[in-house]
Order: sequence, then structure tokens, then C-alpha cells
Amino acid sequence: MPDPSPQPMISIRNVSKWYGAFQVLTDCSTQVAKGEVVVVCGPSGSGKSTLIKCVNGLEDFQKGDVVVDAISVGDPKTDLPKLRSRVGMVFQHFELFPHMSVIANLTLAQVKVLGRPPAAATEKGMKLLERVGLAAHSAKYPAQLSGGQQQRVAIARALSMDPVAMLFDEPTSALDPEMINEVLDVMVGLARDGMTMMVVTHEMGFARKVADRVVFMDKGQVVEDCATDDFFGKPRSERAQVFLSKILHH
Amino acid sequence: MEGFDWGEITSNLPYLFEVGMVFTVKLTVLAMAGGIVFGTLLAMMRLSHLRWLSTVAGGYVNLMRSIPLVLVIFWFYFLVPFFGSWILREPRPIPVGTFYSALITFTMFEAAYYCEIMRAGIQSIPRGQVWSGYALGLDYWQTMGHIVLPQAFRNMLPVLLTQTIILFQDTSLVYVISATDFLGAAAKIANRDYRLVEMYSFVAVVYFVISFGLSLAVRRLQARIAVVR
Repeated sequence: MPDPSPQPMISIRNVSKWYGAFQVLTDCSTQVAKGEVVVVCGPSGSGKSTLIKCVNGLEDFQKGDVVVDAISVGDPKTDLPKLRSRVGMVFQHFELFPHMSVIANLTLAQVKVLGRPPAAATEKGMKLLERVGLAAHSAKYPAQLSGGQQQRVAIARALSMDPVAMLFDEPTSALDPEMINEVLDVMVGLARDGMTMMVVTHEMGFARKVADRVVFMDKGQVVEDCATDDFFGKPRSERAQVFLSKILHH
Repeated sequence: MEGFDWGEITSNLPYLFEVGMVFTVKLTVLAMAGGIVFGTLLAMMRLSHLRWLSTVAGGYVNLMRSIPLVLVIFWFYFLVPFFGSWILREPRPIPVGTFYSALITFTMFEAAYYCEIMRAGIQSIPRGQVWSGYALGLDYWQTMGHIVLPQAFRNMLPVLLTQTIILFQDTSLVYVISATDFLGAAAKIANRDYRLVEMYSFVAVVYFVISFGLSLAVRRLQARIAVVR
């Protein structure tokens, strides 16, 4: 349920970004209210991943601003590590730390960034592993897990920081088809629990099921930004219509 | 093997090993430790986004790699005492001693080579690993210390050890400052007793056995490490 409060959790305001002379993002704006789930989709190379990485400052931008929970990402005085610690992120290739056990992956930042005592961090980590159904694997190393399991651990790791919002950058794109659902199920559960989520994905079934809004991007621009039903029912732009017809009709 | 005096070797074993080899091993191990620490910092500087940092580190590495080691040993031996007196504001050169002079030299010199190894190691870690460290709120030093460097170090361990085997052999160049390392100790006995064949043959065999043995060990280690990831 979107919160009607005027201050959105994530607000992207006229963001533009260049790699040298090449413009990757052009005047992108959208916002995510508290408790809202927004799916960002579009053809590859459209700038979706770049845009979502601007939200927690993993990518910088030259124009505009991103405001997360009333804190400006673009402001050079902002304590970026602190801001990032409050925003969870899940990557396409999981990016678990391969030299650490699963539970160590979950406790590292809790201890080093939040200053939690190791015992409390472990307890929290185990609780989250239970939630994603992997408590039995806590002592294993990431390489011993399947892709789907690794991604669930990555979600648990992000949740261990008690984030105010979660960013997902194509969380199922690198997974074998039979593992996609176990990850999507966890994400659906999160959405149902009221987590604020921004999700870059091609999973239109997921978008239809849980997204409040859909942002469609093409060539570095936000082409469409509307309620989920409107997007699937009657997309205004021709580009979005073509995109939808391509990925839905087979 | 007529005239080869085995007794010359056996009777001098204590001196050769307790004085010479101890010097060589101490120098190798300490210079390796210092060189890897300093070299890793240099590598981080070379990969820095700050232009002047990477320029300074790059210049240092290229300088060290373009000068013969013997020259560097010589230079440091004669310059460090003056440098010390300048830092400590003493009117006279500070005597440093051959061991510490050699240790400083090898640490600084090998750091340039360890730097290039660690640079390759750091660059071998996918960017996503850095991203995920940052995304959790870790800062640059935490991300380096807990995520990037442990993996880089593990990936590069065989190469780092191979470089150390080269360092072990290179320490014999301290003869130019008359240090009593393993080779130096043997040379002194060889000249004193005029038993050059015995001494230099024995030294060569010992260097070979140690270096070759270590490189075999590194190869086995490499096979074990390769499994992960």
C-alpha cells in the first residue's frame, strides 16, 4: 500500500549522466513512495541499471539529484557509506563474498558498519536465513550454493542492515529458469510486508502481481511512468507497446 | 672428484648456516613482508582515481624497475646514513649497518614488483564485489580490507611467492656492501682457505635445492587454490 505522505522515500529528479561524450541518462525523473513497489523495465542498454545505481551513489551523475529519505545523494557533503547502509541492494550476479561463509556474509556489515555485537549480528543473520529458507546452509561458502540460493542469501544480507528501501538490479537475469521463482517468492513476500522497493527486471509476471507502478525506459530516458494496470492495459508510447508485445506474446 | 675437500664444507657448516643463512633468510622474510605491505599500498595508489596519487606511485614503480638492483643497493648503502642525519637533524651521517641498509633497500625495491602483482590481483576482482561492499555501507578501506584485498591476495599468492623466491636469490647481491649473507659467508671462507671450488659449488647446490623446492611447493599450492570460485 503506498503511503500518501508527501515525502517520497526515493525521489529521482531530472538526472542526467554522461560517459565522456555519450549520454547514458537524459533527464530521468521518478519517485518511489514509502511502501511502494516500482518496477523499472525496458530494452537492454536503456539505462535501467545505471539509473538504479545512481539511487545509492554507486554511479555518479552530472545533472539533477536523487533524494533518499530526505538525504541528497548528489550533495558532496553527504555521508555516502551511511546512506548506502540504509538502502539494501541486490545485484544481477549476487556478489556474495566468495571467501566468507554465508553467515559471515550476513554479519560483516552489521558489525563493521552498524557496530552490532557479533553475537547479535549472528542471531539477526540466522533469523533472516530462516526467512529465506536457508538456515541449514549458514556455514557453507557461496560457491557451494545454487544460483537461486545465492541470490536469496544476497537478499538476506541486504535485509540484515534493516534498510528503509531495497533496490534490485535484474535479480533473476542470471538464474536458471527453475530457480527464478524461489527468488521472486522472497521478493513478493517482502513487497507484501510493506518494503519500499525499486526493481529493475524483465519479469513482467512479477511486475503485474506486486508492482504499484511501472517505469519504462528507452535510450536513457523515462518513456512511461504509470500505474501497473495502465501500463499493461494501455501503454501510451509506441515504444512501450512494441516492447510489451515482444515480451508478452510468446 | 680428486682433490675435492669435503671436510672444508662440513667443518664450516655452522658458520655458513648460523651466520650466513640466518642473515639471508631474515632479510628475505622481512623484505617480503615489508615489500608486500608497501607494494599493496602502492598498488592501491596506482589504481586511485586521484591523478597525482597514481602518478607518484607509477613514477616510483617505473623508476625502481628501470635501475639495476646492484646500483640501488649501493646507493642506499651510501645515501641512507646521510638521509637519516637529515631527517634526525644530526650533523653527522647516521651509521645504519649493512643488514638494515639491505633490508630497507630490498623492501623498497621489491615493493615495486609486489605492487604490479597486487595491482593485477586487485583488478582481477570483479567490480560487482566492490559495489556490493559499498552498497552495504562499507567505506573504501573496509571494502579493500575485508573484500578486495583478501581475494586479490589469495588469487596472487603463487605469484607473490614466486617473486619471493627471486628475492631470496637476489639477496646474494648484498656482497657489494660486504654483508655476510650465505654467499658472503662462503666467499669469505673460500678466500681465506683458497677453496673456491668447494665453497661456490656448495653454495650453488644449496640455493638450487631451496629455490627449486619452494617453487615445487608453490606449484602444489596453486593447484589447491585454483578450485575456489
